[in-house]
Order: sequence, then C-alpha cells, then structure tokens
Amino acid sequence: MREDRGDVEPAALTEEESLAGRQVALIDLLDRLLNGGAVLTGDLVLSVADVDLVRINLRAVIHSITPDDPAPW
Amino acid sequence: MNTGAEAPAAASAPDHRTDPAATMSYVYAVGRAGTALDTAADRLAGLEDGPLRTVTSEGLAALVSSVPAGAYGEAGIRARLEDLTELAALARTHHAVVEAAYAGTTVLPMRLATVYLDDARVRAMLEERDTDFTEALGWLEGHVELGVKVYADPREAAAAPPPVAEPPTAEGPAPAALSPGRAYLRQRRQERRHHRDAYRAAGGVAGAVPDRVAGLVRARVAHRPQQGELASAAGENIANEAYLVAVDRVEDFHRALAGLADGLPGVRVEITGPWAPYSFATVPTAGGRA
Repeated sequence: MREDRGDVEPAALTEEESLAGRQVALIDLLDRLLNGGAVLTGDLVLSVADVDLVRINLRAVIHSITPDDPAPW
Repeated sequence: MNTGAEAPAAASAPDHRTDPAATMSYVYAVGRAGTALDTAADRLAGLEDGPLRTVTSEGLAALVSSVPAGAYGEAGIRARLEDLTELAALARTHHAVVEAAYAGTTVLPMRLATVYLDDARVRAMLEERDTDFTEALGWLEGHVELGVKVYADPREAAAAPPPVAEPPTAEGPAPAALSPGRAYLRQRRQERRHHRDAYRAAGGVAGAVPDRVAGLVRARVAHRPQQGELASAAGENIANEAYLVAVDRVEDFHRALAGLADGLPGVRVEITGPWAPYSFATVPTAGGRA
C-alpha cells in the first residue's frame, strides 16, 4: 500500500488506482483538512487561516446546499 | 477554482500586495527530501494547475506550488474558505496532492490553506521545525489513518422486523384487537422505544470500538460528530473517530470491527480510509498518542 519504498507490489498499483477513482465525502475531508494537518506558526497569512478555520468548519458544515447548487459529491 | 476566478478574486482582494503577478507559496505537505517526493512533485499539478516543486532544507522537503497572491492572500483565502464550492475545490486539490505524495513516501500533511509569502519563508519554517518534523515523520512512518463513524438511525430500527415476534407485554391482545386510541398509543410507545434503543445500542457500539482495536492502533483521535447538511448519511452520527494504524494491520483493523453492529437494527458502523495521517499531524511532538 503506502509503505513501499521501491518495492512496488501489485497491491500498490490497485490502491493508487482506487484512490484516483474514489470520491471521498467532502465532510470527511473537511474533518481532516480543517481540524487536522500540521499547523505551523509564525506566518501572518497562516495565523489568519488557523484561527478562522474552526469557525469556517462549523459554518461550512451547517451551510445548506441549495437545489441549484447541488453537492459535488 | 482554476476557472477564471482569478481576476475577480484578485480585484476584490484589497491586499497590500497589489502586484497581480505576485505569487505566494502554498505548502501541501512536508516529507524527507529525496526522490520519492521529487517524483510526486513532477507527476502532479497543484492549485490553479500550477506545477509542484520541492523546497528543501537539510533532510526535509516541502511540497509547494505557487498561487496568485491576490487570490490566496489574507482576504482572498478568507473569501475562498467561506464559499462551499471553492472550499470543496481547494480541499480536493490539497487532498489529491497529499494523497499522491503519501502513496510514495511518508509525509506530514499540512492543514488546509498553509500559505507562505515565498519559498524563503518555507525554508525558514523547515529549519525552525526540523526536529518536530523529523520526529513526527518517524512516528507516522508506515502508518495510515482510518476513520470510524457510528450512526444511530431510529427509523431503520423501526423498519426492522421486531426481534422474536414482539415480546408479549402488558398490552396483551394483538394490534388488530386494539381500539384506535390504544393502537395509536402503542405505536407511539414503540417509536420511542426504537429511538431509545437505537441510540443506546449505537452508544454501546461506539464504546466498544476502541477496545476492539486496542492492540492494532498506535493512536486515536475523536473528531466532532458530523452534523448539518453536509452530513448526508442516514441517521445521526454519534461517534466520529480516527485511528492511526500500521499499514500491515489495516486488514486486521477491518476484521476486528466486522460484524460490530450485526443484529442491532438502527446502528451502522462506517470505516473510511485509508487516509494520509491528517488527524495525527496536528501536534508533532506531544499528545495524540493513545
């Protein structure tokens, strides 16, 4: 799967293909990208994003999907 | 995101950086410098279809692409993150890069919208956090993240056939023999019972998950249960967790949780992933370890 360093097994290829074809649920993605990920300090831009992301997360998750703006997942 | 949104976004962003050609460095992930990361950078495109590159400092390398300063500066990124469509596009591109990089080598995923003024700032950050990053990469090496979500769905519980032909109760006679009023009350009581049972059973299942996988995981993180319009799955999400699992234990993990909700109508367990270890990159040096 992903531990491969040089030793590419058939499993590694299938895994990669399935990753490419797979559409993960946006909410699962946002759980990770907004609450997870390494947070780095010291940059002005980042600090803005960092503080806001939690709030944005809430807002985005609560945000209703209108019929003419269907969810892309 | 890369469909001509650039011009209006740049115009509406009253950034102090007014040069429309100015760019910033968007960081997707950090890993060990080497061919695996360079290869990933060569094969992939980043945001705005920009080419990826690695910015290295000693043994570490950041996976970076240039983004327009106007659209990704302070005001630009804020607007972008608050528009669900744009947020989705940004998240998916970020994720695609991290995912593809992680397929080749262990990387530490950055939080969404980690933007630096230029590559020199990225390099400085790598130098500054060298120890943390190296330790975190070592810790994550050979592991993936798996998500486990437990749902309670009382409607599903109600739709399921009653266990063992409806245990005889004080109600006595069969529904057909009841007066409309009593039949109604009886039905209401059943609904409430399904509701309570489903939540109770789901709570029990959620509580059992950590025990079932105890020997198989390196760490566990509880996310907020998913709610709102984006949480489109049937039922209510009552547990939303992430586990850090060695790659060769992933199958065991699935096996350990198989059948967990069997015989429990109204309870559903979902396993997502494998993911790059987003949920375990937050605190590189301490915490997060089960």
